[in-house]
Amino acid sequence: MHELAICQALIGEVLQVARAQHAASVSDIYVSVGPLSGVEGPLMQNAFPIAAAGTVANEAKLHLQATSIRVCCEECGEESEVPANRLVCEHCGHWRTRLVSGDELMLQRVVLENTGSGGQAHV
Amino acid sequence: MCDTCGCNVTPGNEHLVAAGGHLAHTSSGTESVEVLKGLLDANDHQAKHNREHFERHKVLALNLMSSPGAGKTALLEATIEALGAELNIAVVEGDLETENDAERIRNKGVPAIQISTGSACHLDAHMVHSALHDLDLDGIDLVFIENVGNLVCPASFDLGQHHNVALLSTPEGHDKPAKYPVMFRAADLVLITKSDLLEVLDDFDPDIAESYLRQIANPAPLFKVSAKSGSGMDRWLEWLRHEVVSRA
Repeated sequence: MHELAICQALIGEVLQVARAQHAASVSDIYVSVGPLSGVEGPLMQNAFPIAAAGTVANEAKLHLQATSIRVCCEECGEESEVPANRLVCEHCGHWRTRLVSGDELMLQRVVLENTGSGGQAHV
Repeated sequence: MCDTCGCNVTPGNEHLVAAGGHLAHTSSGTESVEVLKGLLDANDHQAKHNREHFERHKVLALNLMSSPGAGKTALLEATIEALGAELNIAVVEGDLETENDAERIRNKGVPAIQISTGSACHLDAHMVHSALHDLDLDGIDLVFIENVGNLVCPASFDLGQHHNVALLSTPEGHDKPAKYPVMFRAADLVLITKSDLLEVLDDFDPDIAESYLRQIANPAPLFKVSAKSGSGMDRWLEWLRHEVVSRA
């Protein structure tokens, strides 16, 4: 999809965090990507250095955590792990299911170096 | 989901941030900062603003999505002909180049704003917001946003619409919902367009299209329509009238 634009939004968020924590650099960025988010991991890895160039995240490693697709059945209440184009309950076969996970596209966490404050912070 | 209360931690990613999880510890001398921020937040924020704008004017906004050539503009032309006398309609047209589609709509006596996206393959909430600056919503009942013909990218960008209408034209084949699950999962209504061709196509079965749609857990209704022959248009027009009334 729009992996470069997504990486630019990602870098924007990361830089905001880095500034708030007075970090000299960013070493690791963790993003969770669901198969139903419309974003392809390998394309995002390719686009990331372009978006990160010239920023304090220039040397950062991008870790993409693929989430599984899980649905909860509205008929039998069971949860199942399913493929992207078959969101059907694995237990009773019913198609009326609710997506529990699989469409995430989220910056989870960043690891900063030489920060001005100590300890772990939540933003 | 919001990005503040933790509801965006799903069973798919909670193991990453849970105590003892892969992301909970880092080596010494560094600081780990939990962020939990969606990467489409800027678009979603603008989309919310657009939706509020439509609602202030009591306008129903529909996002039409399909492959190129599935018949979005032809459907709009036939819809305007049928409903133009009873509803005030406006159209936001998205295309990479040309004003051709906007011209077709204007020829039906309806205001149309063309967004030329250049090489961008979808509309986003910011583009729609800019277009709305050129569109006076006073007295308008219904705005169609005709997205760029594309079954991939438009699905990920909320524009501020109330409903997504996905068009699946019969020559495309009945397995499109299985091939493009992200798009068809987002549809609130699926229109099987060019239904007049069903009698000459031996490889499109509307029931199979519906079963593929159900397999991606989408309960959306499917209507067979032909903008050319007018067949099936009544059901679509009735759906539109009902949705407009429920917004007013």
